[in-house]
Amino acid sequence: MFVTTLTKEEIISILSEVKDPEIPVLSISDLGILRTVEVDGKKISIQISPTYSGCPAMEIIQDDIRSTLAKHGLENIEIKQVLSPAWTSDWMTDEGKLKLRSYGIAAPAKHGCLLNGDDQPESCPQCDSKNIEMISRFGSTACKALYRCLDCLEPFDYFKCH
Amino acid sequence: MDLLSTYIIHQADNALVLGHRDSEWAGHGPILEQDIALSNIALDLVGQARNFYQLAAERLNELTPGQHVTEDDLAYLRDANEFRNFILVEQVNGDWAKTILRQFYFSTYQFLLYNRLLESTIPEIAAISEKSIKEARYHVKWSSEWVLRLGDGTEESRTRMLDALQTLNPWISELFMPSDFEYEAAGSGAGILPELIKDDWYFQVNKLFETSTLPKLSSEKKPMQILSGKKGVHSEHLGFLLAEMQFLQRAYPGSNW
Repeated sequence: MFVTTLTKEEIISILSEVKDPEIPVLSISDLGILRTVEVDGKKISIQISPTYSGCPAMEIIQDDIRSTLAKHGLENIEIKQVLSPAWTSDWMTDEGKLKLRSYGIAAPAKHGCLLNGDDQPESCPQCDSKNIEMISRFGSTACKALYRCLDCLEPFDYFKCH
Repeated sequence: MDLLSTYIIHQADNALVLGHRDSEWAGHGPILEQDIALSNIALDLVGQARNFYQLAAERLNELTPGQHVTEDDLAYLRDANEFRNFILVEQVNGDWAKTILRQFYFSTYQFLLYNRLLESTIPEIAAISEKSIKEARYHVKWSSEWVLRLGDGTEESRTRMLDALQTLNPWISELFMPSDFEYEAAGSGAGILPELIKDDWYFQVNKLFETSTLPKLSSEKKPMQILSGKKGVHSEHLGFLLAEMQFLQRAYPGSNW
């Protein structure tokens, strides 16, 4: 029978190897979709939340969680998707936002932006200019919009405030 | 099927059918960015539909021990007369103006509905609404910008928008005509009567129509609608849509990716 002496914190640390398949610089913790991890020695229970209802990455992420834990000899894993409280981009860690930016994607604007009207990126992730404009409300994935910098002229993705 | 399950399936069917219609634009959008926009909206809607179908399947299986219905059975193995979606969402894409107006009408409805369903006595319905309302809000935003742009745009775009109003307006009244499953859901606190969001809906739509220089809608007009998707009496379009969407599961039952 499967038995583990690993603690919850150790398992969370292993799970930092699991990346968002669509934005491979972000781990599921950076993104804020890893909600809870419980371990009782015989069983590991994990809760994750989708960013968007139709996010096609959710099933791959579940497979990746299982295979990553399996590499460390861990089994008997239960993964549950939880919808409430709904994931928000505010749950992305500061470290996650920095990683995102150095990857060339503008990080989501600050808390409450959805309620206060239109959110937009702070600046161009390439040259830091604030002289930017939206090209399209939708980008390469559900969680991104497309912008353009009017100074360096580079188009860039913006991880929407959600 | 019990009426509360039907209420849940009604939400799923609306999202799935419009999601499928939107997905038909993939590869045909007027420009790449808007092609992608509709694919993303379709993805959100199909995701919402899945959440509601899963909930309905769980409920149905609890009510009938020994039965094992899945979300796929509900989406792929029911016939047109078993679908409970609005006639509005099954209407063909037509041109860009019709697609935009259909989206704006439905997303505005969905946003107002989810806002009320946050208080549902069924926690799963409240949770799905909490998740989905942010998506619906964004769909309203996107489609509103297009209604404005087309309505107050060129002579051509305006003509097309007026034509879209002619085509789609007959299907609005159904949104607010209460059905047996809505009475049931409202009675138990799981859902609401559509009457509750009717004034808000007309207000939101007419506010945008005013800035878009489009003729305002009247909520006073007597409903002319004979068909009712909520009763399973659909227009001719749904059968064709399902024939395409369900083909694979019908031809190769149980096939998997």
